Amino acid sequence: MLKFILLVNKQGQTRLAQYYEHPEQDRVSIERDIIRKCLAREDSQCSFLEYKNFKLVYRRYASLYFIVGVDHMENELAILELIHNIVETYDKYFDKVCELDIMFNLDKAYMILEEMVMNGRIVEMNQNRILLPIRVMDQAAQ
Amino acid sequence: MPNVAKGDGMRGLAVFISDIRNCKSKEAEQKRINKELANIRSKFKGDKTLDGYSKKKYVCKLLFIFLLGHDIDFGHMEAVNLLSSNKYTEKQIGYLFISVLVNTNSDLIRLIIGSIKNDLLSRNAVHICLALQCIANIGSKEMAESLAPEIPKLIVSGETIDAVKQSACLCLLRLFRTSPDTVPSGEWTQRVGHLLNDQHLGVVTAATSLIHTLAQKTPEDFKNCVSLAISRLSRIVTSSYTDLQDYTYYFVPAPWLSVKLLRLLQVYPPPEDPAARGRLNECLETILNKAQEPPKSKKVQHSNAKNAVLFEAINLIIHHDTEPTLLVRACNQLGQFLQHRETNLRYLALESMCLLASSEFSHEAVKKHMDTVITALKTERDVSVRQRAVDLLYGMCDKSNAEEIVAEMLAYLETADYSIREEMVLKVAILAEKYPVDYTWYVDTILNLIRIAGDYVSDEVWFRVIQIVINRDDVQGYAAKVVFEALQAPACHENMVKVGGYILGEFGNLIAGDQRSSPMVQFQLLHSKYHLCSAPTRGLLLSTYIKFINLFPEIKGQLQDVLRNNNNLRNADAELQQRAIEYLQLSTVASQDVLATVLEEMPPFPERESSILAKLKKKKPNVSDIEVVKEGKKSSNPPTLNNSAANTPEATPASAPVPVMAAAPAPVQSASDDLLGLSAGPAAAAPITNNFAAPASFAAPAAPAGGGGLLVDVFDTPPAQNNVSSALAPQAEENFFNAPAGETAPSGDTPASELDGRFAIKNNGVLFENELLQIGVKAEYKGNLGRLGLFYGNKTSYPFQFFTPTVSCPGELASALNVQTKPLDVNTVEGGAQVQQIINVECISDFVDAPVLSIKFSYSGSMQQINLMLPVMLNKFFEPVEMDATTFFNRWKQLNSPGQEEQKIFKATFPIDSDTSRTKLLGFGFGLLDGVDPNPDNFVGAGIIKAQSSQVGCLLRLEPNMQAQMYRLTLRTSSTSVTTRLADLLLKLF
Repeated sequence: MLKFILLVNKQGQTRLAQYYEHPEQDRVSIERDIIRKCLAREDSQCSFLEYKNFKLVYRRYASLYFIVGVDHMENELAILELIHNIVETYDKYFDKVCELDIMFNLDKAYMILEEMVMNGRIVEMNQNRILLPIRVMDQAAQ
Repeated sequence: MPNVAKGDGMRGLAVFISDIRNCKSKEAEQKRINKELANIRSKFKGDKTLDGYSKKKYVCKLLFIFLLGHDIDFGHMEAVNLLSSNKYTEKQIGYLFISVLVNTNSDLIRLIIGSIKNDLLSRNAVHICLALQCIANIGSKEMAESLAPEIPKLIVSGETIDAVKQSACLCLLRLFRTSPDTVPSGEWTQRVGHLLNDQHLGVVTAATSLIHTLAQKTPEDFKNCVSLAISRLSRIVTSSYTDLQDYTYYFVPAPWLSVKLLRLLQVYPPPEDPAARGRLNECLETILNKAQEPPKSKKVQHSNAKNAVLFEAINLIIHHDTEPTLLVRACNQLGQFLQHRETNLRYLALESMCLLASSEFSHEAVKKHMDTVITALKTERDVSVRQRAVDLLYGMCDKSNAEEIVAEMLAYLETADYSIREEMVLKVAILAEKYPVDYTWYVDTILNLIRIAGDYVSDEVWFRVIQIVINRDDVQGYAAKVVFEALQAPACHENMVKVGGYILGEFGNLIAGDQRSSPMVQFQLLHSKYHLCSAPTRGLLLSTYIKFINLFPEIKGQLQDVLRNNNNLRNADAELQQRAIEYLQLSTVASQDVLATVLEEMPPFPERESSILAKLKKKKPNVSDIEVVKEGKKSSNPPTLNNSAANTPEATPASAPVPVMAAAPAPVQSASDDLLGLSAGPAAAAPITNNFAAPASFAAPAAPAGGGGLLVDVFDTPPAQNNVSSALAPQAEENFFNAPAGETAPSGDTPASELDGRFAIKNNGVLFENELLQIGVKAEYKGNLGRLGLFYGNKTSYPFQFFTPTVSCPGELASALNVQTKPLDVNTVEGGAQVQQIINVECISDFVDAPVLSIKFSYSGSMQQINLMLPVMLNKFFEPVEMDATTFFNRWKQLNSPGQEEQKIFKATFPIDSDTSRTKLLGFGFGLLDGVDPNPDNFVGAGIIKAQSSQVGCLLRLEPNMQAQMYRLTLRTSSTSVTTRLADLLLKLF
């Protein structure tokens, strides 16, 4: 299962963090450590990283890193593509998504994520269905 | 869709975020955040009730601040209030805040349960989903208790809409994980399986996760899911990519769902139903076939999604481990990936292949890829991939390729990343031991390990090589030769010195014939390292030197010079000092015959599971699984070093007593496998340390003397249980436990040590205990007569047969002490029973040694022998005397001829405490004379030793010095030997 999802920029600032299991240590220091490890890696290195008692799967989009912590049972490639699907869904909603979109619309970014991953498990991968509730909400607000 | 700050556009939030981004420094950012927090706090506290919009805005700001790494300790109540709003956006923000910021064990949970319940019962599906999602993310025990009964209905009801079903599945999963008991079992468990057939793939995706978790707990209840999962998987795999529309991802139909279904199937063994089994195999074959088809897209997303399914299919094939064709196909597929340009695929292929290596069907197929894997080890730029390559080489290693794999791993070790060195060292050590080409190769390999990565060689590894060398006499000469050569390197790791010291101490004589490695050369070579080594290693080398004194009498002088050197004799390290003193003394007083017996070559070690393996398992819990699988499946393996060497010690025990112990009677002489094993461990050290047993305070560090004690730790035996070595060390307070010193050292010259302080001042206690037998003692003394009751307790549930204890008085003791033993009425001690024996003693004249109790019995067919000393000491025949100061000083002055006085100044072993000292002196037998000494801290005492031939008056003065933690002890008696003996006994008490 997934333990957490982090969105971090190149400066190491967390832009979004969702935990599915309560972090054992202090959240801030563990995030910092994970980010440092991922930033230090080169593109030629593989996207998986053993970290403490779990695994990190990460993918970089321009200046933004998506880092997912998973247990040892999880299928790494499936997580790698989950990340891409998240990004595509964001892109579909925000239209050419960038870091700023996430920052200024944190609530929406979380909401989309919530539709895709719940309790550390993938629930929905169909982009249209993921975006359905948020569109309902946007309409209600208008 | 609008872009920045879209939707209901919270301007204030946008401004705040922009401000933060414009901050030039960390301090400025902190300042801005503090300002904002103060602002929000005042807004929340203000009189004016905030509207939903403002609350939402502030909660968003708090969330943003939280993500920047700050703890948020307020705002929770506002978020809770948002939950009861009717506006979807506000409600959503409230839930979001709680999901992200609230800890599962927060008090807040209780407050929000009500709101959640309301939303669950709402008719608005969007609200129900929000509530379910919230439970799914932060569900706690309290939530489970009050909400769990509601959820299953939502999942199986035909009226529930799909989105709610999905959320309800994950919600229930959460509650089940948090507190399984609160989730009601019932008819719904049967129906939940049928969700795998649901039309909606989103529902199937969510349900599969739920079923997977439930099935792990109670597989029987969800057995019907196997065939349902297979048919669902089959429909996905065989569908064309247009069939599943939105669930097709880059031309791959429902990859995530396929992965989940394949993982669900891994909870179960292969289906028994042939139809289901055939269908599953078809699916797996189709997945393997697709991997060979040309890709439908060049995008990495396509290949990743396809391979995600492929790897999970391979995992299932490995899990079933019944289809040789599929296993070999999987192996070949992975083999292709090993050379793929995608690093990710190489990494995963190495990882999966490691699992395949443990299957008997594919082990050989995996071995074909050895060269590729070795290349990966050498050329991969990514350390995590190299790590996987190491794992795989370890996994594919067997007798046929061990030599090559170990050589490659050793070569890699020279440049390996620091992070993985220790683990690699363990792996190399295990492989070398498990698949030895021959024993010389094994020894070479371990020495190479020490040479290349000495710092990473843990104690277990070097203990092990010593054990194996000691157990295999065909390799001993070779081992001596190679360690000698290895030690000649100018810079040589301390672990090498340890192994070298130990092995030369045992087997140096085997190479001494060669002038280039003559005794003197060996000694000088070792001693050239001495000053660079840590104290434990020096201690080990001192043991080597005493062993050399036995092996090479011709260089005894030089060796004694080293022991006599003030650096050792007065070393601040108590252990070193003690060894130097004792070894020097032993080499001076003992005859060559006695030396030869005491310093006999080590007996073989008992065979256990390699402790190195245990260590690796501890380090990498996931390795153990592989190991277990492997061990289980490959019982037909060629005998490993472990098994083959195991024969050696088993042949020795019962009939022939171990030579070391025979003459220099070490405390325990037992012949059972177990006892032999354990006592064999410290044997090299035991006769030495125990003849001159250390004062109690030295007990713990003294145990590993000669490295022997250390070696015992290698077996993962809890020391308290049956580890005789712990009993050997005089640490257990109740243990009185010693070898008679009479034969090894003339009386009067014995180092003051062999009697345990505890029994000098008390008469009752446990004399001896191992896992078979406990011996208790109760004693009474009057005048020159004593009566000891010994209680032999059988701790096992089987009888001891031919149980014969005998007491003897070695050497001069025979004429000084008259001992009468009543024979036992029975010669069988039943399991759990206790028998008593009475021993009468009479003191004829003063004595030093103690009578020896030797017990022989047969336990489950093997003869056991235990030798120990009875707690009969000179001071037992002591009677207190009262006298006034004048009498005392008159007598004191009379006893002034040489030999009548003994004065010792010594460091306190125990904390200096007046009351305790008083108790000890009284227990020892002195009458204490208060007011004689002007200094109230000092003790003055008097007593008479009542031997049959003579009565000896004794006077004592004990002066503690608190500052220096020292004592001055002055004893005056009319007999030189009594003075010395009592002084020695007293010395150990303080």
